[in-house]
Amino acid sequence: MTRSTVGSLARRLFASQPRQAAAAQAPDAINVEIPVPFQLHLLQEGPARESVTSREELVKMYRDMFRIRRMEITADKLFKSQLVRGFCHLYDGQEAVTIGMEAALTYEDTVITAYRDHATFLGRGGTVHECFAELMGRSTGCARGKGGSMHLYKPSNNFYGGWGIVGTTGPLGAGLAFANKYEKKNNVAMAIYGDGAGNQGQLFEAKNMAGLWDLPLIFLVENNHYGMGTAEWRASKKTTFYDRVSYIPGIKVDGMDAFAVKEATRFAKEHCLSGKGPIVLEADTYRYHGHSMSDPGSTYRTRNEIQGVRQERDPIERIKKLMIKENVMREEEFKAVDKEIKQEVDDAAAKAKDDPNPGEEELFMNIYKNDSGLKTYGCDRNMVRVQLP
Amino acid sequence: MTVRDALNSAIDEEMAADPKVFVMGEEVGEYQGAYKVTKGLLQKYGPDRVLDTPITEAGFTGIGVGAAFQGLKPIVEFMTFNFAMQAIDHIINSAAKTYYMSGGQISVPIVFRGPNGAAAGVGAQHSQCFAAWYGSCPGLKVVTPYSAEDARGLLKAAIRDPDPVVFLENELLYGENFPVSSQVRDPNFTLPIGKAKVEREGTDVTITAFSKMVGFALKAADELAKDGIKAEVINLRSIRPLDRETINASVRKTYRLVAVEEGWPQHGVCAEVCASVQEESFDYLDAPIERISGADIPMPYAANLERLALPQIEDIVRAAKRACYRSK
Repeated sequence: MTRSTVGSLARRLFASQPRQAAAAQAPDAINVEIPVPFQLHLLQEGPARESVTSREELVKMYRDMFRIRRMEITADKLFKSQLVRGFCHLYDGQEAVTIGMEAALTYEDTVITAYRDHATFLGRGGTVHECFAELMGRSTGCARGKGGSMHLYKPSNNFYGGWGIVGTTGPLGAGLAFANKYEKKNNVAMAIYGDGAGNQGQLFEAKNMAGLWDLPLIFLVENNHYGMGTAEWRASKKTTFYDRVSYIPGIKVDGMDAFAVKEATRFAKEHCLSGKGPIVLEADTYRYHGHSMSDPGSTYRTRNEIQGVRQERDPIERIKKLMIKENVMREEEFKAVDKEIKQEVDDAAAKAKDDPNPGEEELFMNIYKNDSGLKTYGCDRNMVRVQLP
Repeated sequence: MTVRDALNSAIDEEMAADPKVFVMGEEVGEYQGAYKVTKGLLQKYGPDRVLDTPITEAGFTGIGVGAAFQGLKPIVEFMTFNFAMQAIDHIINSAAKTYYMSGGQISVPIVFRGPNGAAAGVGAQHSQCFAAWYGSCPGLKVVTPYSAEDARGLLKAAIRDPDPVVFLENELLYGENFPVSSQVRDPNFTLPIGKAKVEREGTDVTITAFSKMVGFALKAADELAKDGIKAEVINLRSIRPLDRETINASVRKTYRLVAVEEGWPQHGVCAEVCASVQEESFDYLDAPIERISGADIPMPYAANLERLALPQIEDIVRAAKRACYRSK
């Protein structure tokens, strides 16, 4: 089928639907159908079931998702060779969530997430090198090697981390939305958390205040169905999160479909910025790895299940099939892109491996922003007394 | 000026000077403040800058910290610091550690303030002193004003400070009146965080104290003077950073030390004062260091028991005399 045939077919099928189908389309616009219906809570109408994209956007989305996939697979190897220490929580399988969401946001919108943050960091404009260097504790890392895997930040693109304590992104995200509203910025904040965090009391507190004060806040639940080793049905009396609260609308979306996430995010952003207050998005997604590198991920779920999702719902395979069907790229072009990105990621890892550790003076830096003249101490009080710079 | 008015005027002036400063907490707005510290502010600055929060400390503290990430300057009021325990994860893990964890990218210009320590007859859950707990955490600044001058100068400094500050007030000091100079009334008056004040000079024994205990120490010094003991009273003003220089300089002059605090003795602020002095001024000490602190028990309710649970002036006098080898 040619591009224009698909386009006109889609327009006929979804003629009664939405907004962007009616808007004038660029001649090379590609219409993507969103097959899985959105489930709505307290909403009369939901996001468009069709997304308008372009060759350029498709190529970018594929490249970004594939880069994340390669980064996470490489991080696995780095962890196993003990170059990455401590905790390492990988995002492979969930790529469509962050890339879909970024397709509807700008860097003027704010994003905050928990510890499964490598991909979110990339989505916010961070580089693979900065990420690997941080994971390996080098001075070239995005937090100068002082944060680690769970504490990646890029405030210049309004990415506020990177948090290890489950549930805190709710209130912190509400604070970011509060700041946007206080300063009269026309931007949303996105507070991301998982199904494991979904029962935290402080989320309920944040939702109450976000609703009370009409904060322009999108709560995004990355529901990969397992909070560490506990399946959602063993942790939650109610296993859906988009409809938890009776006064905040919600949308459940197929998180393996980047365009579904894009349209849901676009809808949510419009909702918030039109003064309607907060909204919850629940992305139905899946992680191929275990909770972290210390978890094989198979003691609480079957290998069949993991394989099944990989075969039926992989987000990268999905967009690749679409792009082939729409004649955006051919199979050989994909091979070339894959090879290029794999090389890019490998180069970033090699560079990061050779980067220096932080200097010893870093130990006592950044404790306070305003620290002139303050003294602090190392392990041996008699040996190491530092006057902070 | 009362301590209450000192705090109120400090917040008012800082809000007038900087539109990024806002206040949030329970009853800070329409109720005029549970202890009237925020009286009049809602009327003056409106509900966008003076926010009455629901009773959800973890939630609203996290909101304050998130707003601070983006450069606003929240003043988060806890009705007492006992309730801040519900929010302590945000104070420590979201606020104190962030500048370091982010390699200097995100600072947290927030003030957490409210009454700390014992009041009168409020029982075990409402009487804890948190100076030692917060004081042990790198990344936080912790201050404990005593007088109206302290309250104004330290609160203004705290609001202007780009780092998270835990500002520990005392309910029983709010109504106390102190003489203040015109310099203190100046809208740009601040006190440096990290510097103690010698409230009263002396030569025979050093008494360190903070918050309400400073008043007790000064009265103890009056008593001691009658017996010819000239006590030097140091108002710590700042728990973190702790002004070790001033404390040690004093002990190197008097050779004797009584450290006083209202909170529990084990791992208390006085323990750190003692450690600092024995490390840095060991050769100057003529007597073991004395500690007067709250009793090592949950706070009882009955008035006679509460009195026995908290340091009294006679305890400080007795300890000073022991340090001077003037009693059994």
